[in-house]
Amino acid sequence: MQSETVKMNVSVWRGNRRDGGYLSYKVPMEDNQTILDVVTWIQHNEDPTLSYRFACRVGMCGSCAMMVNGIPRWTCRTHVKKVLKDNAIKVAPLRNLPVIKDLATDMDRFFDNWNKAGGVHHSDQTRNDEIELIDPNKPARKIVDAGIECINCAVCFAACDTVSGNDQYLGPAALNRAWTLVNDEKDADRPGILDLVSGNGGCHNCHSQGSCSEYCPNELDPMVAIAGLKRETMRHLISQGKTDA
Amino acid sequence: MLDARLYFLQRLTALIMAPLVLGHIAVMIYAIQGGLTAAEILNRTAGSIGWAVFYGTFVAAVSIHAAIGVRVIAHETLKIKGAALSLITWISGVVLLLMGARAVFAVFAA
Ligand code: SF4
Ligand code: SF4
Ligand code: FES
Repeated sequence: MQSETVKMNVSVWRGNRRDGGYLSYKVPMEDNQTILDVVTWIQHNEDPTLSYRFACRVGMCGSCAMMVNGIPRWTCRTHVKKVLKDNAIKVAPLRNLPVIKDLATDMDRFFDNWNKAGGVHHSDQTRNDEIELIDPNKPARKIVDAGIECINCAVCFAACDTVSGNDQYLGPAALNRAWTLVNDEKDADRPGILDLVSGNGGCHNCHSQGSCSEYCPNELDPMVAIAGLKRETMRHLISQGKTDA
Repeated sequence: MLDARLYFLQRLTALIMAPLVLGHIAVMIYAIQGGLTAAEILNRTAGSIGWAVFYGTFVAAVSIHAAIGVRVIAHETLKIKGAALSLITWISGVVLLLMGARAVFAVFAA
């Protein structure tokens, strides 16, 4: 005789940019089940029009992040057992980004900020130049290594209250990226990056309360990266003042 | 909303304020040991350029520091932007400066 399947109560935010609300679903519990599995089950069995994003399902691509019981998480790497509370789960689109539909957000601001913070490689070499050797043990290279594994999931962006309060703020991921480039010997425009992160929405708006570092599923530390940027930009400002004078 | 220059000014004024606050508290504790009254204290500060500079510097640093702080709260919490935000920043700074200057003047001219 088969034992009866236990079901959990899942409320999922449904709607678009203008309006919406939570709908409830009963989803059968499995031994091994992630939040992404739950959302997929609802789409397959209850409502095929439920919209959400995912790709790799193993914490590599950064596309599946959502708010789970109010906390930003990679849904593909969050086990139901870890977050189930009173047999219930609440799934919502990532905070701080406009909703396109249901659980899919418009991530333009997040990605545009990446560029606004100078987050592209600036090269002064050609394909004919010798490839420079970088010593992996150099302190600057270690700083780069500490921040380079960001997968652009926007979990930190959703966790940041300064992003909510200040719509120009570049946010933790873009600034963390800028910090890796400022420490990258191969980047040819490091002073330019310092200027880009010194403007109205720049690193100086960060309140250093560390929600970004607390919630980054990759255990990166954008708060410390931003503190580094604040230090370097101050040095840059003072040295600029000296050369201007 | 906070660019590098405002951030720099706010940190700089904090650095100026810290020793002045400690100096103020130390002198207050020292001054009341012997049971000095406010009137007696004011008597001693009157005409002292040193104390006028001490408190004058403090007031200037506070005005800049607090105005930038008010600016952050006005923007992030009250959602004020643009020219209105600049206006609030300047008004807070100027009001604090005037109030502080009045107090410094009272200490000096008492
Ligand atoms: S430490 Fe800075 S970037 Fe990180 S969440 Fe707080 S304000 Fe945002
Ligand atoms: S820093 Fe962490 S939380 Fe933020 S986008 Fe990168 S991987 Fe995601
Ligand atoms: S689906 Fe790729 S990180 Fe979750």
